[in-house]
Amino acid sequence: MTQPAVSPRPDRLAAIAAGEVVPAVVHPELAGEAAVLEVDKFSLWYGAKRVLYDIDLAIPKGRVTALIGPSGCGKSTLLRGVNRMNDLIDGVRTTGDMRLAGDSIYGRGVDVIELRRRMGMVFQKSNPFPMSIRDNVTYALQINGERNRTVLESVCRRALEGAALWDEVHDRLGESGLGLSGGQQQRLCIARAIAAEPEVLLMDEPCSALDPIATSRVEELILALRGEYTVLIVTHNMQQASRVSDFTAFMYLGQVVEYGPTARLFTNPRLRETEDYITGRFG
Amino acid sequence: MKPASDSRSRPAGVSEAASRSRPANALLARNEPMVWLTGGGLVVGLLMVVTLVAFVFWQGLVTFWPGPVVALRTVDGAVAMGEVTRTELYAPDPTQVAAFGPEASAAAAAEMAAGDGRVRRRLVRTGNFELSGEHFRWVEDFRLAAGGEERPVGAYVFERTAWGRFYGVPEAVVDGEKVLATDPAVIAALLRETPSDAEAPAVRVRTGDGATADLPLATIVRCYPANRLSAAGRTGVYLSRWREFLTAEPREANSEGGVFPAIFGTVVMTLAMTLLVVPFGVMAALYLREYATQGWLTSIVRISINNLAGVPSIVFGVFGLGFFSYIVGGGIDTLFFADKLPNPTFGTGGIMWASLTLALLTLPVVIVATEEALAAVPTSMREGSYACGATQWQTIRRVVLPRAMPGVMTGAILAMARGAGEVAPLMLVGAVKLAPELPVDLHFPYLHPERSFMHLGFHIYDLGFQSQNSEAAKPMVFTTTMLLMSIVLLLNGAAIWFRTRMGRGSSGSKF
Repeated sequence: MTQPAVSPRPDRLAAIAAGEVVPAVVHPELAGEAAVLEVDKFSLWYGAKRVLYDIDLAIPKGRVTALIGPSGCGKSTLLRGVNRMNDLIDGVRTTGDMRLAGDSIYGRGVDVIELRRRMGMVFQKSNPFPMSIRDNVTYALQINGERNRTVLESVCRRALEGAALWDEVHDRLGESGLGLSGGQQQRLCIARAIAAEPEVLLMDEPCSALDPIATSRVEELILALRGEYTVLIVTHNMQQASRVSDFTAFMYLGQVVEYGPTARLFTNPRLRETEDYITGRFG
Repeated sequence: MKPASDSRSRPAGVSEAASRSRPANALLARNEPMVWLTGGGLVVGLLMVVTLVAFVFWQGLVTFWPGPVVALRTVDGAVAMGEVTRTELYAPDPTQVAAFGPEASAAAAAEMAAGDGRVRRRLVRTGNFELSGEHFRWVEDFRLAAGGEERPVGAYVFERTAWGRFYGVPEAVVDGEKVLATDPAVIAALLRETPSDAEAPAVRVRTGDGATADLPLATIVRCYPANRLSAAGRTGVYLSRWREFLTAEPREANSEGGVFPAIFGTVVMTLAMTLLVVPFGVMAALYLREYATQGWLTSIVRISINNLAGVPSIVFGVFGLGFFSYIVGGGIDTLFFADKLPNPTFGTGGIMWASLTLALLTLPVVIVATEEALAAVPTSMREGSYACGATQWQTIRRVVLPRAMPGVMTGAILAMARGAGEVAPLMLVGAVKLAPELPVDLHFPYLHPERSFMHLGFHIYDLGFQSQNSEAAKPMVFTTTMLLMSIVLLLNGAAIWFRTRMGRGSSGSKF
């Protein structure tokens, strides 16, 4: 316990529940990291309902950052806010901004298509496209106009190897991606997401629809991606967050409560509320 | 029936009486009545379809089978020689019976006494129209002279290019008044090879009444000794008639010959319609489902499209005639074919206008089916595509449409089935009784979209209800109906095959 404990504030969660904006407790270790994605006073409403409250968050480059919190805390919404997937939903309004490597995401005149090409996303349920495995993986490049077969082949191989799927599918790249097993489909989606070398890889509960064996394979994969890719992962599973992530942000009702290195957050959180959640006393 | 038997089983030890004393809703709770009710509904529906199809196919298949030729001699000495096409019992008018003479009256009285006051009569296809002025003759059994029914061994059936069939016994080969041959073997050999050359221009045939007629060989399409044919011979005649039916043009006011132009017209028209309706329907559905903001306006549009499917098809025909033929076609004529006016080129019914009219008619089917297929594409797939940086059009073209394709094809199949069976609007926009020229041929410019065409559906109507010799045309109604049903089945089968091939790998909606 080198860090001085923040003054205990038992009514912190009550204040958040009342709609008060309570500043997050951010561990000083984060100050030493280079942020690739910065969230700046980001708020979001679904119609009249406010879901995110002035979120400030800096996602360090080359690390795996996990977003945890009880259902409905807005962690998925925040994740989908990064590549503006919320644009597809009617009645969504936002304030504040995010920056990807310094470039505004929500600023005026931002090319959303161009922006999304710089990120990859893996969804809760695997969603391979109705096309061959090869076309699935190189989809992002193909829609970007890449026609060169050699380039596509090498990218396909590299992405599939990156997603630890190459050995299983290399002899049937022309077959439909829908013919793979559930775990293979999810790794195919990861391959698709990393094929275009994204600056940030967004993962929205990537293992929630998988069996334990497939889950452990995906987790190994995330660990392998660390360093090479910046990963922002939303998970319900606390063990998973502790296993795969370098940093963890605990969210509650649309606000970040505590944000710090995963090891510290799980073993020695600064806040009583975080400890209560992690140990399963609420949530 | 598995659930029924499962639900019927009782736990051991529950007696019959105990189960009977259950509350009134126990039966419903056991699910059995609903199984029987729903299953019964299915059976009734299936039975109707099977009955109809079986009836049509039975009638259609037996039409071309060559029957024997009978010669019926009545007490007044007249002989009706030909094929019996129908047999029925009826109650004769006594004064009519008396007119046939005492011998016939007595026979009629005996037959009426033996039966329930009715007598049997047979409809004989006697042919020989140029001699008798009739194609068919009713012969009552009581009018038959003693031993008046026989099957003349030498009797031939002649199918000719004009005047309908001829029944008689060939006697000689003649050239004008010159008799070339009278040997039956020579004649038979000659007739086996019809149509023959001009060496022997005519065959002299004696009818049942004893009259003779010279039939030029060139006018004979097919002839056979009906009572001497072996089973193989009959099969040969049967197949030859089918071949003619499927590949030849009609003759004798459509009541004889083939229906090839109608088959061709039906297939071309249906395919053209499908090619027109699918792109338009898919585009409309795409806009409605993918681009339009969902609200009251899109709801109204959807309701209107569904209502369009309920508009009587003849209304589409009237619209097609008024708009496509007269306004659009008339405009084309004034612009490009002014030298031919007042004879219309495009300004009248034609296969293109018919296809367009039917495309309009089947548009709701395609739109509704496509919309459903698009709606069934999971949002997660669209999101996955957007997350890769795809634009909306890229997402639609590469992910949404391929995934929805089986559903779109289902819509196209339904539209095809609907369009191929439609007749009423075609009568106004281009289907005709007899179209001498096909809409596609080997003469420049090969495609003739302005030509009127023959259609099997219209052909059925024309044969059954517009034919002068309707008794002879009636069997053709069944054959043509059977053919139309087979073609619709074939087109649908092809489309389903195509869908399976195309949709392989992508799971989608199936029938």
